[in-house]
Parts: sequence; C-alpha cells; structure tokens
Amino acid sequence: MSLRTVEMALATPGADREGRPIRVPLGVAEPAGGHYDEDFGAEHMLVNIGPQHPATHGVLRLVVELEGETVKRVIPHVGYLHTGFEKLGEYRFYNQIIPLTDRTDYLAPMANNVGLALAVEKLMGIEVTERCRVLRVIACELSRIISHLVWLGTTGIDLGAFTPFLWSFQERERVYNLQEAWTGARLTPSVTRVGGMMADIPEGWEAGLREFIQTFPKTLREVDTMFTRNSIWIGRTQGVGVLTREEAINYSLSGPMLRASGVDYDVRKDRPYLGYDEYDFDVPVGEHGDIYDRYRIRLEEMTQSTRILEQALAKLRPGPINVDDPRVILPPKHRAMSDMEAMIYHFKQVMEGVKPPAGEAYFGIENPKGELGYYFVSDGTAKPVRWRIRPPAFINLSSLPKMCEGALLSDVIAINASVDIVMGEVDR
Amino acid sequence: MTAPVSPSVAPLRAEFGAAVERHLISCGDTIIYVSRERSHDALAWLKDTPGQEFDYLTDVTAVDYRDPERPLEVVYQLRSLARRADLRVKVALDKRRPLEVRSVWDLWKGADWLEREVYDMFGVTFAGHPDLRRILMWDTYAEGFPLRKDFPLRGHFSRAEQTRQALAANPEAHYSLEELSIADAFAELPKDMQERLARGERGFLR
Repeated sequence: MSLRTVEMALATPGADREGRPIRVPLGVAEPAGGHYDEDFGAEHMLVNIGPQHPATHGVLRLVVELEGETVKRVIPHVGYLHTGFEKLGEYRFYNQIIPLTDRTDYLAPMANNVGLALAVEKLMGIEVTERCRVLRVIACELSRIISHLVWLGTTGIDLGAFTPFLWSFQERERVYNLQEAWTGARLTPSVTRVGGMMADIPEGWEAGLREFIQTFPKTLREVDTMFTRNSIWIGRTQGVGVLTREEAINYSLSGPMLRASGVDYDVRKDRPYLGYDEYDFDVPVGEHGDIYDRYRIRLEEMTQSTRILEQALAKLRPGPINVDDPRVILPPKHRAMSDMEAMIYHFKQVMEGVKPPAGEAYFGIENPKGELGYYFVSDGTAKPVRWRIRPPAFINLSSLPKMCEGALLSDVIAINASVDIVMGEVDR
Repeated sequence: MTAPVSPSVAPLRAEFGAAVERHLISCGDTIIYVSRERSHDALAWLKDTPGQEFDYLTDVTAVDYRDPERPLEVVYQLRSLARRADLRVKVALDKRRPLEVRSVWDLWKGADWLEREVYDMFGVTFAGHPDLRRILMWDTYAEGFPLRKDFPLRGHFSRAEQTRQALAANPEAHYSLEELSIADAFAELPKDMQERLARGERGFLR
C-alpha cells in the first residue's frame, strides 16, 4: 500500500512516526514446528449473511465461501424487494410514474423525480422555465446531501463508530423538514411534474435553506475530524475493496464508485442538464479506488453540494414554475372553470394523460448513488411501451464479488457498505 | 430540429456491410440496428477500434412492443468515456425463433447482472454468459417472463396459487447449485431438487 496523502500526523495510537497506520497482521501464528496440521483450514466454509441483517443495508443476501477467514467467493442474491416498477410503469400515465420513482431510491426521492421529468421532457422536446430549473437543482443537491448522510452514518455504524450516525441523521432530519415544508411529504415527495413542478417553495423556505447551508458545514467538519485521520477508520478502509481504473470502467460503475477509482466522469459536468454548467463547483476524484477514497469523495461532494445550493439560492428569481404548454400542464383552476378551451385541455389531460410522440429517449442524471438513467419508449399513446430504470446501485453492487476476492470476512461488511446500495433501487 | 447522425455509423457500415441493418435518430440519439449474428463482433469492434473506443457499457435492456408481430429488441447503451460520446445499438430478435444473442460478458464485466436481468424479465438467453440465472425473481419462478407484453400485470397464476407456492417454498432451494457444490451438500438436498439437478435444469455441479 502506497503512502497516503493524509495531511496531518496521526496522533492516535496504531500509527507509526511517518503517519502510516500500523497494521496488525491477522491470521494464525506459525506453530513452533514450522508447519500446520494438514487438515487445518482445508475445508471451505459457507456463511450466509442476510437477507435480514443490519449490515446488508436492506434485504440483500450474501453467500460467502470462506477459507479460514479469507473470502474465496461472494455470491450475492438480490430481488427480495422486487416490486416490478418497470412493469407497473407500462400501465400508468407519465405523471403517474413519478410516485413510483419515489420508491426506487427512497433515500434520494426528489432527484429521482427530477430524472423522470427530464426524461419525459426530452421525449417531448420541452424546455422548462428558469425558476423550475433552479428549483430542480436545489431538489437534486438536497437529495445528494441526505443520501450521502445516510451512507455516512450507516457505514460508520458498520465499522463501529456510532456517534457520526447521530450527527448525520440529525442533519438529515433538517433536510426532511425542508422537504416536508415544500412538498407536504417527507419520504415520498413526488415533487416534479412533466414540464414543471408540483408546487413552488412556500414563503420563508429560502431562509430555512439558507440557515441549513450555513450551519451544515460545521457537522461536516466534525465528521472530518472524527474519521479522516482516525487510525481505526483508516485501517479498516485504506487498501480494502480496491478497484482499478480499468476495472471500474469495465464493471460499468458510476458516481462516487467510479470517481474513487480515478475516472473523472460526472454527468453534471460532462453532459450538463438543468444548467449545471453555469454553477461553479468541483468534482472530487480519487486515486486508489478503495473504501477510504469513496468516503473522501462522498464527504467532499456534500461540501460541493452546499456550494451549489448557495449559488442556486442566488439564482432563484420570481417567475413561473411550469411551462406554458397545455399539452402537459393543467390550466389554472379558475380558467378551467370559466374558459371553454381551458376546460377541454383540463379534461383531456386528466382523462387521457400526457402524450409524447412516438420515439424513444434515454436521459441520465447524476444521482447520489451514480448515474440514474431513465429510458422511455413511446408509441404515441399516454402510457409508455417501456420504462427502463438504469439503476446505479444495482450495477455498482454487481462488482461486489470482484472487490471481496481475497478480503477478510469483516472486510465484506465494509466493502458492501462502501457501495452505497439502496435495495429499493437494486430490486426495483 | 434535426440532430446529427453519430459519426460512428459510417465506419461501422463500412466494416460490417449488410450486418448493419439500419440506423435512425430519435430525440437526438443515434440508434443502430445490427444483425443478431454479428452483434458481438460489432460491439467488440466499437469497443476496441481507435476512434470509436466505446469502453463503457451504460446499460443493457430489452424492449417488447405492444404489436405482437414486432420483434423484441435487445438494447445496448454504449459510451466512450474518452470522447464523451454515446451510442445506442439494438439487436432485433424475431419472436418466432429462439430468443438468443451472444453475451458481451467477455467485453464488459458490467454486463453480467444486466444480461441476467434481461434473461429474467424477457427470457432472452445470452450465449456465452457464465452464470445465466434469474436474478430478481427466484430460481424456481415458473410464471414466465414478467416484462413480456403477453404477461398479465398480476402474473399468470391466480392469487391462491401464488400464495400456495410461496408458503410451500423450500428454504433449501434458496441456495444456488454452485453454492451447494461448495459445501458438498448434494446428498442433503431435498429430493425434488436433486431431480431437477439430475435433469440439468440449471447450473452445473463440480
């Protein structure tokens, strides 16, 4: 393992003078005779972890083949939470699919809503209003923060650190309060609509967000103090679950997993949507591809998200949140009640739904877990022929057997935590 | 608004001729149809040829259209990370013939679970895939392939039958054959599973 770029000397016990963590060699001490009993450790052991296990972050089941304490093979079993969202979507209007997206990656529901609206808008060739774009950026970045906070807290618990879990969940609660004030729902906000938003932010909401942005970095600094130079944390994470740059690309990883391996690809930068190219923010990229780099990247992404939120608040100008397009947006109630044409539009939209032209579109956005893609195939009717979710957590998880090869059993828990899975999305 | 055709289309046609069936543009994205026989060659060519370098497999999925006559399509979303370019490659599979296409697992390891999912949901077999099992549905699922258009929303079996099967499920059967072979547990398997294994229904025993 190469020397890491941890800036400060490690003050905690378990580190040598140069700041490198001292690794306690694991394994059985060599017997006095110099050789082991022939039978010792020859038999492989099969260990079943999950589906009901707190460290699998949901209903994931791992069957682990062990030789002593070394992992020979990990065989993941998924599908315990399979709901058939993609099939359900084929029986629904486009706007009715938005509540389904809440329930896939339920740790970042608002970002999923945004992705879905953008995909349908690409299919229909709709450009949303400026205020809507800024509101959607706010929704995406708040989702990134709460998703990474859950990751941070639960991963800390998996590795034996309880306190950061309480800090991160406290902060997450504040975002949930904002989410509730905006949408009326905490977990399933369904905040977007095709061509706009479900609701504008209420009065005083901006002040609440501003207060959050100002106080949240303090918690991040505390987490940084707790983890970044902590020798236990470093010993458990550095050099564990390593994927090289080539492997990360070959396994189709995305998001922080891909960037931790040194691939500089972020959809927000490389395929800007919602005007992300107008925001000033940095994309952290790792170099070792291990759990520690994934941690550093997620921590830094939260800081960058607060930067983006700050700029978004500055950009937020009064204006309409919905496009002026009767094909997708309901007319205001008072017009639907008094104007014949508006009433017809209202009736057609409620009864027949939004009808994109025949064609197909794939739209990927940078979700907290990775690239979330929605692929729609339309035949001109109000219900999609095919709605495909490109699930970042599912694809990232498929590299788990590779990362666990030759690791220790306790590393499996750490590696699995570092993938940042959410089973609602893995199983869909 | 007409979007430009992907610059990969012309060289691909020059290389593969009639195996590139057609191409079209939808919402600004170029879609290339390649024949089932040459799909693996074309994808390998797109991955490895300098100037193309589609080194990243974004997604593999399939589309079954509402028109039952229309072929089922396997869809590959490719990306070149270096060139920041995307390409969608499709393989149309005639439903009157066995739904089979060559696996791209040897090119992209990320195709492992994605192809398993397409197999699970659409019944497309990927020749050369090392471990083609169901992934989201369980191994003994007998109702067919859920994302096909001829599959009803609530499944083929009645609610009562689905409940009966769920309650009668054998917990032993929740291990794959490969896992059982690790533990050398063949003799301890339930009888019905031993029989299925003897018929060679899935997996292999070392």
